[in-house]
Amino acid sequence: MERRHWLDRKENVTKVARGLYLLCGVLVLLDLFIHRHAVVGVDGWFAFYALYGFVGSVGLVMTAKLLRLWLKRPEDYYDR
Amino acid sequence: MTAELSPALYLIIGGLLTPLIRGRVLRALWMLGLPVVAFIAVWHLPEGALHPVSIFGLKLEILRVDRLSRMFAYVFLLAAFLAGIFSLHLRSALEPSAALVYGGAAIGAVFCGDLISLFVFWELTAVASVFLVWSTGTARAFHAGMRYLIAQVGSGVLLLAGLLVHWNATGSVAFGHLGLEAPGGVLILLAFGIKCAFPLLHNWLQDAYPEATPTGTVVLSAFTTKLAVYALARAYAGTEILVGIGALMTAFPIFYAVIENDLRRVLAYSLNNQLGFMVVGVGIGTELSLNGTAAHAFTHILYKALLFMSMGAVLHRVGTTRGTDLGGLYKSMPWTTGFCIVGAASISAFPLFSGFVSKSMILSAAAHEGHYLTWGVLLFASAGVFHHSGIKIPFFAFFAHDSGRRPREAPFNMLLAMGLAAFLCVGIGVWPQGLYALLPYPTDFVPYTDSHVLSQVQLLVFSALAFTVLMRTGLYPPEMRAINLDTEWFYRRLGKGLVLAGSELVGHVYWLALSRARRRVVRAIGSIYRHHGPQGLLARDWPSGSMVLWVSIMLGAYLVFYLIG
Repeated sequence: MERRHWLDRKENVTKVARGLYLLCGVLVLLDLFIHRHAVVGVDGWFAFYALYGFVGSVGLVMTAKLLRLWLKRPEDYYDR
Repeated sequence: MTAELSPALYLIIGGLLTPLIRGRVLRALWMLGLPVVAFIAVWHLPEGALHPVSIFGLKLEILRVDRLSRMFAYVFLLAAFLAGIFSLHLRSALEPSAALVYGGAAIGAVFCGDLISLFVFWELTAVASVFLVWSTGTARAFHAGMRYLIAQVGSGVLLLAGLLVHWNATGSVAFGHLGLEAPGGVLILLAFGIKCAFPLLHNWLQDAYPEATPTGTVVLSAFTTKLAVYALARAYAGTEILVGIGALMTAFPIFYAVIENDLRRVLAYSLNNQLGFMVVGVGIGTELSLNGTAAHAFTHILYKALLFMSMGAVLHRVGTTRGTDLGGLYKSMPWTTGFCIVGAASISAFPLFSGFVSKSMILSAAAHEGHYLTWGVLLFASAGVFHHSGIKIPFFAFFAHDSGRRPREAPFNMLLAMGLAAFLCVGIGVWPQGLYALLPYPTDFVPYTDSHVLSQVQLLVFSALAFTVLMRTGLYPPEMRAINLDTEWFYRRLGKGLVLAGSELVGHVYWLALSRARRRVVRAIGSIYRHHGPQGLLARDWPSGSMVLWVSIMLGAYLVFYLIG
């Protein structure tokens, strides 16, 4: 019997996810304390990078998912 | 004497001699010694154009040494050394030999001061590198290699055409700043653009690299495209159009990377995206941005090699790098997992990893020069890189659903190569001054400011949050056994279809013409047969009696005429 790894337990995966949520919260709060040197303008807004990272990534994945409807082909497509 | 030899020759000649070196230890020493010797040679090269020669009135400079060429030569040699360690387990000499010649050709090209020598080394990189694809030994790899070779040699032909136009118009073949306005400038940019995998000219990369051997892809990822970046920085710095091209390059491949199943192909798309950052740096053309391009090329070669090594190790042990077939490998390949994560953190530009200290230069340059839209695209691409290279690669290979596979840990030489590359990635991230000292322009850039670090960490951690949320809600597109259409469709499907239809049409016309011609010939033979055949009027046998009759008739007629006359 193979030994069970820490990540094999579902509750530990949840712990990792909770840790990430907590980290996100802390990072946004840090925005209140660290002075930003804005160059573009928007980069000085509160939590700009956090929002941009989240929205950008969700947009990326969802768009890619839509693209798949149009671009997906069987693996042997070019061999036929 | 060393000053007269291009350091490239050590690798090229040494590479060609590699198959003659017998014995594993001796060959290992040979393969690793050559880059070291060449490194020392580069170290000792004085700056300037060394030993220019004139042939037929053409000024050739095989060895032009400055900070930019020296920096690229260093990182190419570093890559050759690491790839050498990574491939020490190979029994065949073909791959190490091709890899050394290929690396040597890239270094030779970097030191060229004229376009003709550049063209020679440019083509040599193409010819030497294709063996790394062919070494896989499958028909699929052979065809991919052929397509790769056509693209690469095609790039060389465009370079040749451009340099001839340039030479004809200016009388010079010097490889310095050209720009689009220079005669032949557009042709040469296209040549560089193919090798640099510009949008729409890019697909040879994603086609060929994942078909190469586990070790071959590591080598391929280092040289060709970064040579093109070097050439762009040399000849097209400040060419505005490159800002747009580069921004596009950072953005569009990441959509493919998200839905691609073959993890080495995901890395090929992300390689393309990283090249985009460098091209933007060239396009902006300030000292900061060009430094950024050079620095990013340097760090990129190392972390990309590391990532390809980790996937190469997986391929070596498991036999596939398809996301659908992997997962849970961390249990039996913990070292490879760890090194892969270092590579992933570096390409994602986490603070304290190498990508951070180089990419932030390009982003800063874009913002400071007022390229706000480009800056926004680069920022989006940065979040995206983390998504597909930073998370997807390690996650689907080593974690995700447990595939039940328990391959052995990678061979020691592979782990050593990965370990060294990982060490360099962290080393550069922690102590960027060493890298900055090599840059083409002096710099006082400070990557580690509160604002910089917080921005980047926020961007990345919230990108990770997006991944986690999408994963846990089941919205994330699952890995699928499928491929996605890219520009290769135009030549592998449409082009092939057109050629097939064309050849069918030609065949049809040919058959029609042939059958008509045949009918005519048959008719002609028939008519000849009718007149000259056994039953033909002109071929009939005449009995000798009738001949005597005719002769006597003629004689009689003669007599009658004679009597009358």
